[in-house]
Amino acid sequence: MDLICATPRGLYCPPGDFYIDPWRPVDFAVITHGHSDHARPGSARYLCTQQSLPILEKRLGSISAQTLNYGETVERNGVRVSLHPAGHVLGSAQARVEYRGEVWVASGDYKLEDDGVSAPFEPVRCDVFITESTFALPIYRWRAQQALADEINQWRRENSAQGRASVVYAYALGKAQRILRHLDASDGPIVCHGAIEPLNAIHRALGASLPATIALDELDKRHATRAIFIAPPSALGSRALTRLGAYSDAFASGWMQVRGDRRRRGVDRGFVMSDHVDWPGALAAIAATGAQRVLVTHGFTHTLARYLREQGLEADEIAGYEARDNDLETDET
Amino acid sequence: MKEFAELYRALDAATATKRKLAAMESYFAAAIGDETRRADAAWTAYFLSGGKPRQIAPAKALRALVLAQTGLPEWLFDQCRQRTGDLAETLSLLLPPAQGEEELPLHRWMSERLLPLRGKSDDEKIAALSQWLSRLPDDERFVLFKIITGSLRVGVSKSQATQALAQASGVDPQQMAMRMMGFAQSERAPQARDFERLTAQEPQEASAGAQPYPFYLAHSLQAPLNEIAQQLGDPRDWQIEWKFDGIRAQYVQRNGKAALWSRGEELITESWPEFAHLQRWLPDGTVIDGELVVTDGADVSGDDLSGLQPFSVLQRRLGRKQITPKILREWPAALIAYDLLESEGRDLRQMPQHERRAALERLIGATRARAHDFGDRALLRLSPLVQADDWAALDALRGRAREFFAEGFMLKSRNGIYGAGRRKAADGASVWHKWKLDPYSVDAVLVYAQRGHGRRSGVFSDYTFAVWDRPAGQKDRTLVPFAKAYSGLTDAEMREVDRIIRATTRETFGPVRQVAPAMVFELGFEGIGPSQRHKSGVAVRFPRMLRWRKDKPVEEADTIEVLQALIAS
Repeated sequence: MDLICATPRGLYCPPGDFYIDPWRPVDFAVITHGHSDHARPGSARYLCTQQSLPILEKRLGSISAQTLNYGETVERNGVRVSLHPAGHVLGSAQARVEYRGEVWVASGDYKLEDDGVSAPFEPVRCDVFITESTFALPIYRWRAQQALADEINQWRRENSAQGRASVVYAYALGKAQRILRHLDASDGPIVCHGAIEPLNAIHRALGASLPATIALDELDKRHATRAIFIAPPSALGSRALTRLGAYSDAFASGWMQVRGDRRRRGVDRGFVMSDHVDWPGALAAIAATGAQRVLVTHGFTHTLARYLREQGLEADEIAGYEARDNDLETDET
Repeated sequence: MKEFAELYRALDAATATKRKLAAMESYFAAAIGDETRRADAAWTAYFLSGGKPRQIAPAKALRALVLAQTGLPEWLFDQCRQRTGDLAETLSLLLPPAQGEEELPLHRWMSERLLPLRGKSDDEKIAALSQWLSRLPDDERFVLFKIITGSLRVGVSKSQATQALAQASGVDPQQMAMRMMGFAQSERAPQARDFERLTAQEPQEASAGAQPYPFYLAHSLQAPLNEIAQQLGDPRDWQIEWKFDGIRAQYVQRNGKAALWSRGEELITESWPEFAHLQRWLPDGTVIDGELVVTDGADVSGDDLSGLQPFSVLQRRLGRKQITPKILREWPAALIAYDLLESEGRDLRQMPQHERRAALERLIGATRARAHDFGDRALLRLSPLVQADDWAALDALRGRAREFFAEGFMLKSRNGIYGAGRRKAADGASVWHKWKLDPYSVDAVLVYAQRGHGRRSGVFSDYTFAVWDRPAGQKDRTLVPFAKAYSGLTDAEMREVDRIIRATTRETFGPVRQVAPAMVFELGFEGIGPSQRHKSGVAVRFPRMLRWRKDKPVEEADTIEVLQALIAS
């Protein structure tokens, strides 16, 4: 019998009697990270990393939670559970589950590049690896983030030179902070949307070095053309933006790799930036686990599973995690 | 190549016209003073004004190239292709990163590399391209593949490109529009000196060579009759003609040479060789604006409109590559003249419409005898004027347009000049109107869907529609596909349809999905004719969705008989 299997409530470990990122309330939930489709309310008890806890509390309110340091092990009904860095967002983890000598790892969401905000991904040897596949198509290949940061900064300076403010839409947890780290405060005011600032505070409290940020109503309008405003995608076209005067806007997402998606968004610019693993990254991560069997969730499940099978691995899609083909909102979660 | 790729990206990203114009203007301004860049700019002006070299390498060769370099299986390549909705984009995203960078100007890419590839074998093409691509900077790939696949489209109109060129060079915009005519003619390799002529300060002879004048275009009139009457005033102030269902064309005859240009500024002289005969009896320095139609070949006088054939016949001739004597015999052409733009080498475009009309009638009258002697009198005909005292009478007559192989009326202000493009008169009033018939329409069922391209890539936006093969109540009736359409829905409706398609897919054939017949649309189209190439036996023109008939069950969609009746009518 499989150590972890798909159920209507999400991934379940029968001998350990716990769920990983369940969709519905359960008795015991192991949470890989704080994005809303992984951390859902209503479960009786939660297990997560120490860095994830403030994020979970911010989003789920008061919960009963046990925390682990990366690499620390807890036992439940004879099943050993530990959490390992996934490099996705602050506090994100892969769940390693060991029972009677068999090791399974559920990746949660992950990426390989060190983003300077979350603990960098560490490959964990296992027999079975459950991987996400949000961007598991070979057209998704990320550029080094320094090149991306340069691109954003240059764009911002060009906007200032032409008398326009800059607006970047980015998911509030993870990507926003990742962008902030690369901004140069000497270029002008850095303004954060109200949905992002509390998450900045959590990052700062846990020791992340982020530049100083202000709220939109603190922005002196005379400096608007030098300002950059970081906002969640839901702010697109909102009235708050009128405070900035003339502006150019951009969307930061892995989906921006494809021209049609970029154009459909109706923004001036798309920055290809994702907290998910790209195609070469997924293949490298899978190889590094040494797993002989791979289960694929979240995204291009069918594509990745088929490709891996052709490469001689045992691979299957996990039912219930439908392709998020073309759904831009789900990039980050 | 770098500058062109940058310009392409800027134009592609910009949504505001102002920014597009600024990007083009600064590109051209920088090119004017730099010799190498002038040669590049000639190509850029060509591409921006709609020029499109034929495909340089076929899709299968490019696919093979990328598969060989990446080791990807074919099915995975195809999935990527479906995801992006664009071959050139797929190729550029999949190709491994460049090994070192080499910068080669656009014009050298074109003249030294890409154009000479034509006629080579696929293997030779793959070998040459692999070598060049390995040193091509990543951000120049997409635009290069667009050129190679013959699918480069830039999101600017020709008039915007013209405007930017005029701004950058200081040449008068009207003059620039004139110089740009025919610049993007296919199969032409533009040179630095072409760009120099385009941007030169000194005035150039307007009627040099066989250049046509910019076509004057009509605004579409869509309003209730009383509003039209109010807006346009006395019908006697308007020159009223049928809007014939052919191809708009300009006949240019100068210095003993005749040329025929389509509205898309393609030189179409070779496809319509019969018009070379006109120069035997028309005087040099003549430019006629008119409608190209196919006739039954009867030798009738130039005032006679009998024997015109429907557009579907014209289309069949258009589809032929070789114009054989048989085609000339079976589908002979005629030009229905409606305007005289140049007479005895003099540009008449600033004359009032009614004076140009009088000049046109004089020309045709004066040459009639000679035309008859050559047996050409049916070749050039005069667009008849329609007269009526009031708009109601005209409206009634308009309803009979199809009897005259027309799709409505053209209304031209009697005192208006011949402008350029869709420009309005100085007071903002439209000078030319097209007052078309309401489109045909039927209620049809969506049966297949395919993902769109460009802005709609990834979304199921291209649909195939079907009607029933026999009336309701009869046993075993089936849906017969007859038209494809992809325009007419709002973005929100399209998203909704997209969701339903995903949820109700019955079968997938490559990129095509067959869906459970559940959605009925009112489909509009401009024309309809019999067709042997279509299973349904009919071919429709310009089909588009007029309305989503959510109120209509599939059983109540129209039948093929309704379409057949429209052909007969």
